[in-house]
Amino acid sequence: MSVDFSKEVDYVAALARLTLEPEEKKRMAGQLSDILDTARRIRELDTEGVEPTSHVINLQPVLRDDETRPSLTLNRVLQNAPRRQRDFFRVPSITANRQPEGAGE
Amino acid sequence: MAYEVVIGLEIHLELQTCSKLFCGCGTAFGQEPNTNCCPVCLGLPGSLPVFNRRAIELAVTAALALNGDIQEESRFDRKNYFYPDLPKAYQISQFERPLSRGGCLQIEVDGNRREIRLERIHLEEEAGKLIHSGDSIMGSEYSLVDYNRAGIPLLEIVTAPDIASGREARIFLEDLRSVLLYSGASDCKMEEGSLRCDANISLRPAGSENLGTKTEVKNMNSFRSVEMALNYEAERQENILAAGGKITQETCHWDEEKKITVPLRSKEGSSDYRYFPEPDLLPLALDSSFIKNIAASLPEMPAARRERLKEQYGLSSKEAVLFTTNRQLGDFFEAAAQTYSSYKNLAGWVQGDLMYQLRESGRSIEEIDPLRFVELLKLLDKKDINRPVAKELLAEMVLNGTSPEKLVKEKSLGRISGSDRLQPLIEQVIAENPAAAENYRRGKDKALAYLVGRAMALTAGRADPGELTKLFKEQISR
Repeated sequence: MSVDFSKEVDYVAALARLTLEPEEKKRMAGQLSDILDTARRIRELDTEGVEPTSHVINLQPVLRDDETRPSLTLNRVLQNAPRRQRDFFRVPSITANRQPEGAGE
Repeated sequence: MAYEVVIGLEIHLELQTCSKLFCGCGTAFGQEPNTNCCPVCLGLPGSLPVFNRRAIELAVTAALALNGDIQEESRFDRKNYFYPDLPKAYQISQFERPLSRGGCLQIEVDGNRREIRLERIHLEEEAGKLIHSGDSIMGSEYSLVDYNRAGIPLLEIVTAPDIASGREARIFLEDLRSVLLYSGASDCKMEEGSLRCDANISLRPAGSENLGTKTEVKNMNSFRSVEMALNYEAERQENILAAGGKITQETCHWDEEKKITVPLRSKEGSSDYRYFPEPDLLPLALDSSFIKNIAASLPEMPAARRERLKEQYGLSSKEAVLFTTNRQLGDFFEAAAQTYSSYKNLAGWVQGDLMYQLRESGRSIEEIDPLRFVELLKLLDKKDINRPVAKELLAEMVLNGTSPEKLVKEKSLGRISGSDRLQPLIEQVIAENPAAAENYRRGKDKALAYLVGRAMALTAGRADPGELTKLFKEQISR
């Protein structure tokens, strides 16, 4: 394909906090191009009268009752923490490079 | 040039469930850190979310209370971003197809009715809590994370840009809180973070249709600070525009100490959350009977109650607002009004002496028996006791729950009245205070008040000052 997707690859890599080698970037730009080609081919299908869906299974989700169940013990919770301080996960500073974008913050 | 302020609010509300939105971990506030966590809310591989039915019911309840249009089918999406308050690196939220669209809330600002429209209401999962090292979020070296909060059901309410001042924002939030409390969806405790509010604010030339460049204001921890922060930000923007400058689109933090908004410097451009449908959850279809059942069980909303209180009991606007905002106080008033029909008097005692005694004693209104309270008012109405004694009995009743009638009998606090009981007292006081009696005879009215006071003291406050005055006047002929 003639379209160069290296900018898109850089953008997505930045969002995903990935550092890619020039070789990898080149390979992935090619792969991205192929994927988009496939998507373009799918778009050629006649979907007139077909309801759009967002899930492959046509079922109702299960709802559970509002009852508590035992949580994990503290040591199990923190077992994989890269760094632990007292009973907390300790993480590097957030504000130096990035604006906080916490859910509902 | 005159500018008008345009504000839209984004409110986050923790729903009052026992367990989290997608797992069975508990939701109680103030637990030891990281003790309410499981593979689902920690985002461990292989775990799968399962909807909490109650959370959906409460979300629908809140949306209906705000006149939202509940969507028969809504969908959950992944909102992707790296921030350590989310263990999964994405938040399960709703993007394209929220639970509810539209809705509105009527508010009253300086006697004018205003309708604030809502854009949407959707359900998502709460994030964990970060504790930053150092004094503030800026320049902190590291953060500690507690995931107890992660996964609590969170409702997001987004208003249209219909709010015109910081004051209006505060009034809207107060009324919104009231509606949500009445609906039972949330305890709305801003101090515990179960209700939070961010704002988008911009200015435009008065009368213009176009929106100006906005800033987003965060970290406002009370309704009062929302009002202050937005007033501050509006003024800051106006100063920039008036000097011919341009507003930078950015996120600001409200600094509660310094009472200023501070921009959060960001290296990145606008966020790209790369929303996509959550593959682990099926689209949520709500059938109309589910929605109708909830609609039918909605309690009376504050605006309706305000009007009814005025109509049914002849209360003033101020009283109706008090008994609506302070719901428990209103419930108490209405319970007492079942057996006591002098509503004006009742309302006066409830908002005056009763509230005073509650404050003094630290008791809450739920601890007071409305029937006991009515007992007291009836004793006073029958003139079995006088007003000072009534106040004393009220204090005793609030503090210890003692029955006023029983106290009157035990402590013989009944009113002393009738000239045959009071006459000897009158004579005694005059005999003991000849100078005062003489002064009154010579035309000094103050002396009479002194004599009445002496007599009241001798009866330990149980006589009626009016009756005593009359008797003294008869006794001391000028």
